[in-house]
Amino acid sequence: MIIDALSWICLLAGGLVGIIGAVGIHRFPDFYSRQHATGITDTLCAMLILFGLGLQAGMSLAAFKIAMIFLFLFLTSPTATHALANAAMHSGLRPKLDSITGEGKS
Amino acid sequence: MMTFGYSALLFLFWILLSGHFDPLLLGLGGTSVILTVFLMRRMNILDHESFPSQIFLQLPAYFVYIFWEIVKANIDVLKQIMSLSGKPISPHMVDIDLPQKTDLGRVIYANSITLTPGTVSVELTKDKIIVHALTKDAADDLFTGNMAKAIPDRILDK
Repeated sequence: MIIDALSWICLLAGGLVGIIGAVGIHRFPDFYSRQHATGITDTLCAMLILFGLGLQAGMSLAAFKIAMIFLFLFLTSPTATHALANAAMHSGLRPKLDSITGEGKS
Repeated sequence: MMTFGYSALLFLFWILLSGHFDPLLLGLGGTSVILTVFLMRRMNILDHESFPSQIFLQLPAYFVYIFWEIVKANIDVLKQIMSLSGKPISPHMVDIDLPQKTDLGRVIYANSITLTPGTVSVELTKDKIIVHALTKDAADDLFTGNMAKAIPDRILDK
C-alpha cells in the first residue's frame, strides 16, 4: 500500500519532470542550452519513472532488468549527448553565449 | 584471469536475464558466453577497459556521488526552465583541466559532466575538456575540481 503510493508519486513526478524538460527545450535559446533541458529527461525523469516501475515490480527479476535499463541508459545517454554536441561544434554551429535572458527568446 | 572473470560476469548476467535453470537454456547461455569471449579475445578487445576490474572497488562510492550530483543539478536546471531561480541563463564555454591519468578516467569524467544537466562536454582532448555550461554557477562548480576527485581513476597494477 505504502509502496504503491510511493511508486505512484515517483511515476507522476517523473512525468511532470519530463514535461518540464520538454518545456525547457522550447524555452532555451539555442542548440547547446537545449541540450541541458534534454539532459533532464535523460536523467531525473528516467530515474523517477524507472524507480517507480521498480517499486511496482518488487523484488523480482523484472526489477533487476529495470535496474539494468537504468545502468545502460546512464552509460549511453551522455555518450550520445556528447556526440551530438561535438558534431554540432565541428560543423561550425556557434553557441550563443551569455547575456541572453531565459525569457524564451528565439 | 580476466577471461574467467568476464565469462563469469556474462554468465551471471545471462541467468539473471533469463531466470530459467533448465539444462537447455543454461547450455545455450554457456555456449554464447564462450563464443563471445572467444571472439573478444581474437579481436583483442578484452582488456582493462572492457573489463575494468582495477576500479571495481571505487565504483560504489562514485555511483552514490554522481547520483546525488545529478539530482542537485536537475533541480537547478528545472528552476532555470521555470524561471524560478531569479537569474536568467548565461551560457558559458569553459576549458576544464583533466587531472585523470587514464583514458578510462577521462571518459568517465566527461560522461559525468554530461550526465549532470547544466553542463555538457563538447570537446575532449588529451589534457583539456571544453564544456558548455548553462549558468556561471554550473561552470564554477566544475572549476572547484570536486567532481574530478570523485572519478574512479586507477592505473592497472601489473
